[in-house]
Amino acid sequence: MEAFTSLLHGFEVLLTFNNVLLMMLGIVLGIFVGVLPGLGGPNGVAILLPLTFGMDPTSAIVMLSCIYWGALFGGAITAVLFNIPGEAWSVATTFDGYPMAQQGRAAEALTTAFTASFFGSIVAVTLITFLAPMVAKFAIRFGPPEFFAVYFLTFCSFVGLGRESRHKIVISLVAGFLLTEVGMDTVSGQLRMTFGSIELLRGIDFLVAVIGLFGVGEILLTMEEHLAFKGKEAKINMRVVLQTWAQLPRYWVTLLRSSVIGCWLGITPGGAIAASFMGYNFAKRFARDKDSFGKGRIDGVLAPETAAHAAGTSALLPMLALGIPGSGTAAVLLGGLMVWGLQPGPMLFVEQHDFVWGLIASMYLGNIAGLIIVLLTVPFFAAVLRVPFGTIAPMILASCAIGAFAVQNNLFDIWIMLIFGVVGYVFKKLEYPLAPLVLALVLGDKAEDAFRQSMISSSGSLGVFWSNSLVGTITTLGIIMLLWPLADSLWERFRNPASRQTERLNRSA
Amino acid sequence: MSLENTEHEEERSLVSYQSVDLVISVLLLLASLFLAWSNWKLGAGWAPDGPEAGYFPFYLCVLVALASTYGIVSALLKPRTDSFVSVDQFKRVLQVGLPSAAYVAGIQWLGIYVSSFVLVTGFMHVLGKASWLKSLVTAAIFVGFIFYVFELKFTVLLPKGPLEALILYR
Repeated sequence: MEAFTSLLHGFEVLLTFNNVLLMMLGIVLGIFVGVLPGLGGPNGVAILLPLTFGMDPTSAIVMLSCIYWGALFGGAITAVLFNIPGEAWSVATTFDGYPMAQQGRAAEALTTAFTASFFGSIVAVTLITFLAPMVAKFAIRFGPPEFFAVYFLTFCSFVGLGRESRHKIVISLVAGFLLTEVGMDTVSGQLRMTFGSIELLRGIDFLVAVIGLFGVGEILLTMEEHLAFKGKEAKINMRVVLQTWAQLPRYWVTLLRSSVIGCWLGITPGGAIAASFMGYNFAKRFARDKDSFGKGRIDGVLAPETAAHAAGTSALLPMLALGIPGSGTAAVLLGGLMVWGLQPGPMLFVEQHDFVWGLIASMYLGNIAGLIIVLLTVPFFAAVLRVPFGTIAPMILASCAIGAFAVQNNLFDIWIMLIFGVVGYVFKKLEYPLAPLVLALVLGDKAEDAFRQSMISSSGSLGVFWSNSLVGTITTLGIIMLLWPLADSLWERFRNPASRQTERLNRSA
Repeated sequence: MSLENTEHEEERSLVSYQSVDLVISVLLLLASLFLAWSNWKLGAGWAPDGPEAGYFPFYLCVLVALASTYGIVSALLKPRTDSFVSVDQFKRVLQVGLPSAAYVAGIQWLGIYVSSFVLVTGFMHVLGKASWLKSLVTAAIFVGFIFYVFELKFTVLLPKGPLEALILYR
């Protein structure tokens, strides 16, 4: 019940007029960011981060996390109405959402998507409420080897659970690491990989990299694909909402299954993208008439949306409790926390009681407010998408440049952003995943410090990562995650050679 | 991402997926070898007080080198014939890429406000085929909006150029 009283206290902290206003603003901005291709969750949060430098940390993180909820909701709008996933995690939503819109059931599909998102989030937030303090209490016993082991586990699960080629995940991850090491070494004071450049002395700010990779890179991609927005009309009225809600309890198994998948993949950093596909595939696998999927089934929308939102939300659990983000956007939020001098991790629960519980309370309120706002504003955001790309693109570009500049008030950073934009474009096209790169950019320093401290204490023996049962278990889990794809593919080949083929077809569909 | 414009798929390919994949893998290999060497020079070994500054990055470079070698080998063994980018697609990418580069260069001299105004106007008129009047008005509203939000509301000072100096706004 301790968590419950803390939560009540959190609501007290949260419920000021100013904070509620920022919450609403965050959600509307978030939906906007989610709807527009070229702006995404991580990028949107990164661009808007400098705006919050003047606020107190609680208000700032409440607004930023609400941008995140908004972006999660917003991705579904374009997926259903335009058959264009606004976010990668809503790709699976297009499979059944767009056919529903074509049949004139757009309002039904959207209501389902939003409600499913809401349900997934609430399950995940409840999990965070009760699990986070326990994890944090446990993590206070952590020393450098334990922390490095947890980082190691995080990186390994990215490699193990990722859907891209393994060597590309490794390259993306390690490249992120290397980028954090540019500049002055914090331990010895030596300069690394600066090659005499003064600009590189300070290192590369990860926010600038994120804005380039996701913002500029995405604009290049969108332009290349020559997107023409031909959308379906959407008018949501109360009657349709209530009718849809009346149907949903029938799908409680799908809702629960997707929530569990989402929470699991969110905590182990598989992320919302993997979760949405898995949610969809599982719903299909367990359905009686598999053939009707892809032709406009309600649970075809329900399953991926619930899973994606549950994953997106539960990704904040490891971020708060351990200082390890479970997704790209969570990584940016984590960077935000560090900007305000808050060190995420177990001590946060002890030292910043108000902040943590205010944030958790905002997750409940943010999602309730998000559901209401998104239902009311669908026609408006659908109209935004009819604004020609020729108008939107330069504005997104300018927003990216402003965001990149404002991080450190440095003009050179805008060039770095542009370079990362090109890298983002090429990497995306070559199927290099970007989330591991961002994650490593945020965690690189901390992982290196933890590694070096452990190495110093053990005078260079790797045995320190197996020196007690706790750290040993985590390290071993990491190695299992790393080898997981190998075991998985062997098992699949052994059991059923045909099933893998169909799965691949589903994914590319 | 749009599943509708299938008629564009027949376009002439500029460069194949495999060649770009190979080139990037080779570049990554070279870069990692170069960085590995730079960190080796710095000291990638073991000092009496623990690992040296180049220790961690050196081994990371080795990892990238191994992974990109694997990439080269697998790209050679399993050729992919699909296109990386078609001629038309690449033209469109340049249509937005070149103005972006010019915009970033412009910011260094003219400040963010003037450059953004020029970017939005030009982009809307040339690529968006909007009328001059519409483009100019939209750009002015946009620039006014960012000035209001950043400079006035949130006191984030953005880079300015000669025009702002002329009208005596710091």
